[in-house]
Parts: sequence; structure tokens; C-alpha cells
Amino acid sequence: MRKEWWGFSAGSWENEIDVRAFIQANYHPYTGDAAFLTGPTANTQALWDEATSLFEQESQAGGVLDMDTRIVSTITSHEPAYLDRAKEKIVGFQTDKPLKRSLQPYGGIRMAERAAHDNGYKLDSDIVEFFTTHRKTHNQGVFDVYTPEMRRCRSSHIITGLPDAYGRGRIIGDYRRVALYGVDRLIEDKEKQKENTPGVMYGHVTRLREELSEQIRALGELKEMAAGYGFDISRPASTLQEAIQWLYFGYLAAVKEQNGAAMSLGRTSTFLDIYAERDLANGIITEQDAQELVDHFIMKLRMVKFARTPEYNMLFSGDPTWVTESIAGMGIDGRALVTKMSFRYLQTLRNLGTAPEPNFTVLWSPLLPQNFKEFCAQISIETSSIQYENDDIMRAAHGDDYAIACCVSSMKVGKEMQFFGARANLAKCLLYAINGGVDEVSGKQIGPKFRAVLGDVLNYDDVRGKFSDMMRWLAGVYVNMLNIMHYMHDKYSYERLQMALHDKNVTRWFATGIAGLSVVADSLSAIKYARVSCIRNEAGIVTDYIIDGEYPAYGNDDDRVDTLAREVVSEFMGYIKQNHTYRNSIPTTSILTITSNVVYGKNTGATPDGRAAGEPFAPGANPMHKRDKCGAIASLASVSKLPFNEAKDGISNTFSIVPSALGKEDGLIVAFECGCSE
Amino acid sequence: MPAGRIHSIESFGTTDGPGVRMVVFFQGCLLRCAYCHNPDTWSCKAGRETHPADVLERFLRNRNYYAHGGITASGGEPLLQLDFLCDLFELAHKEGIHTCLDTSGAPFCTLEAGRYERLAGVLDLVLLDIKHTSPHEYSSLTGAELAPTLAFARWLELHNIPMVIRHVVVPGITNSEEELCGVSRIAKRFSNTQAVELLGYHALGEKKYKKLGMSYRLAGVPPLRDKELAWARAIVKDELQK
Repeated sequence: MRKEWWGFSAGSWENEIDVRAFIQANYHPYTGDAAFLTGPTANTQALWDEATSLFEQESQAGGVLDMDTRIVSTITSHEPAYLDRAKEKIVGFQTDKPLKRSLQPYGGIRMAERAAHDNGYKLDSDIVEFFTTHRKTHNQGVFDVYTPEMRRCRSSHIITGLPDAYGRGRIIGDYRRVALYGVDRLIEDKEKQKENTPGVMYGHVTRLREELSEQIRALGELKEMAAGYGFDISRPASTLQEAIQWLYFGYLAAVKEQNGAAMSLGRTSTFLDIYAERDLANGIITEQDAQELVDHFIMKLRMVKFARTPEYNMLFSGDPTWVTESIAGMGIDGRALVTKMSFRYLQTLRNLGTAPEPNFTVLWSPLLPQNFKEFCAQISIETSSIQYENDDIMRAAHGDDYAIACCVSSMKVGKEMQFFGARANLAKCLLYAINGGVDEVSGKQIGPKFRAVLGDVLNYDDVRGKFSDMMRWLAGVYVNMLNIMHYMHDKYSYERLQMALHDKNVTRWFATGIAGLSVVADSLSAIKYARVSCIRNEAGIVTDYIIDGEYPAYGNDDDRVDTLAREVVSEFMGYIKQNHTYRNSIPTTSILTITSNVVYGKNTGATPDGRAAGEPFAPGANPMHKRDKCGAIASLASVSKLPFNEAKDGISNTFSIVPSALGKEDGLIVAFECGCSE
Repeated sequence: MPAGRIHSIESFGTTDGPGVRMVVFFQGCLLRCAYCHNPDTWSCKAGRETHPADVLERFLRNRNYYAHGGITASGGEPLLQLDFLCDLFELAHKEGIHTCLDTSGAPFCTLEAGRYERLAGVLDLVLLDIKHTSPHEYSSLTGAELAPTLAFARWLELHNIPMVIRHVVVPGITNSEEELCGVSRIAKRFSNTQAVELLGYHALGEKKYKKLGMSYRLAGVPPLRDKELAWARAIVKDELQK
């Protein structure tokens, strides 16, 4: 066994790259309470004060503190940078200065230019010239191929949020591999993979060999970057501090290379706990030290920044990086994957204060230890900063070493990746069905010239049939747009470092998405159960609706309408699957427009459910605002009827509740023992 | 099984009884409490007819959510629809579901106690709202008598049914030290009392009155502040421990 691995239980993980096997053989489940946790050290507080002051300067500067306009970001493009070298236990920034945003033009030079311009910067003209004339970007590649119909769908917002001008993200490198194996071993493994490719140079073999070469090159650069900070990560990490640092270097290299729509971290806490337990048992660190290392690590994750346009930020309601970290969940052997490190991660929300990033996601199961569940609840009450997802459902699909990319996209770490693919606006699709492919906002013919609805009152069977036809058309255009996009992303902006931290044979998910599901369900319900009349403009386009009578609304646990929602998801997914998908990827879909629902709604005309033109959609799979009248459980019950098997990329339900509505606070009830009276 | 009239169902009730509960708001109430935030439940004619089995079916299909909870009957005044209430709780008990009744006890009459025997067998917990400990003030606050409430408490005690005494703390009406001590004394009088729960007055119901074209008697009364509630709790606690 390698000397860095002393004290670890042996297993197959030594001979092949298999982090899960290492975790299973070595982790210590923790069922105790949170009493062992420690607060921030003076060092942590001082460091966080410095970071906070930078955040303040950043917001005073209008949202961006500084931006690189000259150096194209690569893994090794910048000299080491520090916040406060004497105090930092975990080091590394994306550029030569904390919070300075890097220049990443490979997704699209126009987007990079706009991001700079809109934030008051100007890109170096040589850079612009180079990436316009000499080096094609992903964005240009895509637009070279888009058909006129695809462009129309894009500009009319029936297909929206396409990552065709920037990085697609949603790929999670297995950054733990860097810590466990060291980079040299990973390179050795990739060399072997390259040796074992088939001998006949078909297109896909050629591409694979080129990609493996890129991966190996990226790993070399990763070593070089770490060496700049004074660390030799060619070998495995030998302490907790090294393990966190190695792992973070892996992640840092990824965010230096990719400005992806979501750059998630994976599932690292229980892995790191194994190092913490070893160091604690051997007196190398104290609990306070362990917490300090975690606090400093999380601090770094909070300082990950990307150059983006105000429009992009508006779409996502903020400046999100989606550094999602998946915590807990159950193992398939029945042991909970909860360790002390799971507690320490969440404790950072107390030690550093509440924050949206990293996006801590607890993989929830009723089987999790009671103490951990109570701690989660307590932290949720204090900080409102935890996301919860259903481990029982996802474990069945992905085993017990999956993680969440972005907000709900689950994938086995290092074994599965996703081609992220925006959303089809099904509410608009329904309007196209009614108007024969004519856009209700622009009046232009966008979809095929199918027969429009005739007469003044909508007939359910008529509209439903037309909606099916329109969905089938939309699915075809949509999937083919994504095929182009991912081909070009692989070609011009390949995630070489992240893919270097994957197996050779990766399962690829072809992720589509649905926006406006509850609008569609309620609209169909209104047409079916109430009487919906059309109001047409001078051109004869239906632009508004009058509803007479009541209809069952999605979100009240009422099968009459919940079934309509479920059927739409299954049907649309069926049409998606009828199409060829790039690189043998497996089609799936998501219903998760957590913030962009506002923008999608803005671009969609009035709908038959009574929603006014421009009004926001409900987020994700949520019922429409104020239409769920029976409380949260009925609302959740409606959502939970949606078929996860058809929407494996995730179904989200945004749920806000004031803490006092979650139950009585301690001490509001004065209890006394029976019989103590008189 | 005859249908009852219900105002609405809250599928995620967390403040009316232990755990996560389905709260069934019964339609109809004879009290006219000045601070009532559900005036839309007063009329006995409104609401919609609902069968007990339908309520139970809604509960059962989402039972996973109610692991440590149950069903609470609230309102309105559930005791005004005694048969419907008993039917519902009987069905619930057959399924092993915890039952809780949120009531003022006002419809109770000792002479008719026989009517309530069926209820005694299927009732796990009662949240009994005292409203006011002075008979005179009780009447001016609610338009009804205090005596039936106390009689109902006695009946619950006789049947050994656990009870939580509830009291809404309204500035200037029910927040005096004397009143709070009075609540404690009532609580102590009954051996089945589990706890005293103080609810701070809030003015969230006022909007509903406007919508219904009704005048709101407590217009201008400020909501109870957290500090005042904590003070009230301390008074109650002291008196309970005496």
C-alpha cells in the first residue's frame, strides 16, 4: 500500500480508480448529535472579515470587482493568488486576485465581450480579433449549423435558456480522485485507456483518442498549477488538509477552464471525513482544526465567480455558480452516508453565516439518523440555506455515489455526465396548438402551419389533439438543436479537466427540460371542466381567454387535473425519445425552472388557465401561485404524481414557509405534568 | 354515513396538535369572538357538503407525510356537527390515526352529555379554547356563556381525555396578569390538562372582514409582540407551579 494510504482499509480501490469502493471500505457512519461541532477560529473570523469586505467592495462596484480582459483563462494562466496568505489554510483563486473574474471565450467570444462591456470593461482587441478570425468558438459553431426554423424557435422563446453562447456546465468531475490517487496515477490510468482504444480509426475512436490526449494534458497542467502554490499533487494526499487542498485544486482547475451554467462540486463530505477521522485518531489535528479547514474550503467555494452578462443574471435571479455539494443519503448496504464531516459542512452556515453558495443539498431519506435530521432542520430554521432532495428515489436510479449538478440533476460521480439542454416552453406550445403555429406575441408563423382552433369556445378533445401534434413537432426541433449544441461544445469548448476526472466509458444523459407545466395542466383542466372562450385580435390570433365556471387546479391533490399534468410529461418525453440523440446519450427531462420561470412567463401570451400575458410561470413543477388552496401536503401530493421515471433529470418544487408555520417554537407551550395541580 | 359541512381542509397543519396534521375546518359557529380570524366559517349554511370517508381517503393517500401527526377537527365549531365529527373520528381510529379536536366547548350541555358518549371513545386530544375566565367578559368577547366550556372540560376529565388549554392573548382584553393567572387556575383544576398554550393575537383576519363587508371590532388593536407573549407565558408558568 502507498505510504499516503496508511491506516486505510485495503480493497479494490487500490488497484482501480474507484472512489466509492474506498469510501465504503473506510468511512465511519456517525449517528450522534451536533454537540461535537466547534465555532469559527479567530483565524477564520479574520479571514472571513477580509472576504466580506471584498464582497462589499464588489457590490459597491456594481456587482463586479474586477475582470480579466487580456489573459485567456486556462488551468495555468495565472500566478498564484491569495486572500491572506498567513491565515489561509486552503489556497487558490481563479485569477491573480480574489473575485477577479476570468476571461473565458471558448463558449462564445460575443458573450465574453458582452459580459465585459455590460460590466464596464473592454476586452483586449487582439483577443477579440483572435477568437473572431482565427479560433472559432462554440457559439459560432452552433450558429453555423442552426436551421432557420431553429433560429425562429430560439427568438420566439418557445425553446429557451439554450447554452449555445456560453458553457453548458452540469458536469461534475470526480475531484476526490485527485486527493485519493494523486495526479500521476490518474494520468497513468488515462494513458492505459488511450492504449486500449480500438485500432480502426472510426470518427468516434478518433475523437476519443483526441479527448483522452486533452485530458492527459489537462491533468499535467493541474499538477503545474498546484506546484505554483507549492504543492506536489502528483502523489496522493496524506492528511485532511492535503485532501481538501488537492480536491479543491481539481475543482479550481475546472472553474478556471469552464464558465459553465452550473459548476457543481459533487459529493465530497463523507470522502473527506475518512481523512479527518484518521488525522483525529492520530492526534494530527483537533476537531477545531478540522472545522477550520472546512470553513476555509467553503469560503473558497463562496468566492468562485464568473464573468456574465446582466441578462444572464436576470434569468437566474442572481449571480449563481451552482457549486452544489450533495450531503448524506443512504448507502445501498443500509448504512447512512452521514459522517461528522456532513455536520461540519452544514456548520459552515453558522460559522461563516448564511449563503446561497455552495448549494448544500441534503440527500434526504426517512432512514437518515434522527440526530442528523434534527440538525438539518435546525440549520434550515436558522439559515434557510439547505436544499433537500429525495434520496430514496434517486438512489434506486443511480446507486449511492451520485451527486447533484446544478439544482436537481443527479448523476453518478465520475461515471455519468449530462448534456444540459435548456427548456421547451410547453405553455407556449399549447398556444401554438391553438393558433396553428403562429406566435401569440409576435404574430409570426414560427411552428408548422397546422390547422388552428376554429370557433369561439375551446373544445378539449380538439385542443388536446392539436397540442399533441405541436408537442411532437417541438420535441423534434428541440432535440436537434441540442444535438448541434453538444457537438459544438465538445468540439470547441471541451471540458477536458472535468472529463479527465471521469471513467473512460461515461454514461451520457441527454437532458431536456419542460417549462410551464402547471400552466399547461391548469389550461387543459379549464378547457375540460370549465368553459373557455377565445378573444382574437384583428389578425385572428387568439390572444386572450375568458373562463366561465370553475376548474380543478393542479396543486390540490385532485386527480382530475394531476393526471393531465402527468400525461403531458409522459407524452412529451415519448416524442423526445423518438429522436436521435448525440453520442448515444440517454434522453431524459427535467421540470425545474427554479428562477427562469419569470423570464419564460414574460415572453408568453395569456393562457387558457386565466394567467395574463407576461405573468410568471410557477417555478419548476410547482402549482401556479395561489391556486393550491389545500395547504402544502396537497400541493406536494400533486407534484409527486409526476413520473420521475420520465423526468430523471429532476422535478423541483420550490417551497417557502415562515418558520413559525412549521410548528410551535420551543417554549410557546407551557407544559406541566398531569396530576401536579392542586 | 351522512355528509357534513366543511369550510376547507388544510393538508399541512403544524400548529393545531402534535406533528404534521390534516386540519378539517368545520363550517358553522355560534360564537362571535371579536378576534376570530375565520369569520367565513361562522355561517352554518355555507361551506360544502363532504363525506367523512372522502376526508379520510385524502388523509390516507398522503399518510407518509403525517407520520407523527393525525387529523384535527377545527373550525368553525366541530361540536355543532357532532354526528359528522364522530363518524370522521371513528373512521380515523379504525385506521389508527390520532384525533384532535380544536373547540370552544360552547355547544356542550351536561344534560345532553349522553349524546357525546360516542365521541369520548374516539377522541385522543382536545385543544380547549378558554377565551376569557370572567363570565361577563366571556359574553362580551364571544356573545355566549362561559359555563358550557367549563362543563365540557369537566366531561373530558371524567372520560380521561387529555386536554390542552388554549388562550388567545389580546392586548387590553385578555392580557392582564389577573386573567393569565385565571387561565392557569382553570388549567390546574382539571387532572386531564396536559399544557397551557398561549396564542398571541394577530390582526391577519381583519382583511377577511372587509372582504365579507363586516365590521371588525378589534380594529386598531395592535398584534401582540413576542416580548409580551414571553411575559404572559412567564406569568402562566409561575401560576401553574404555585
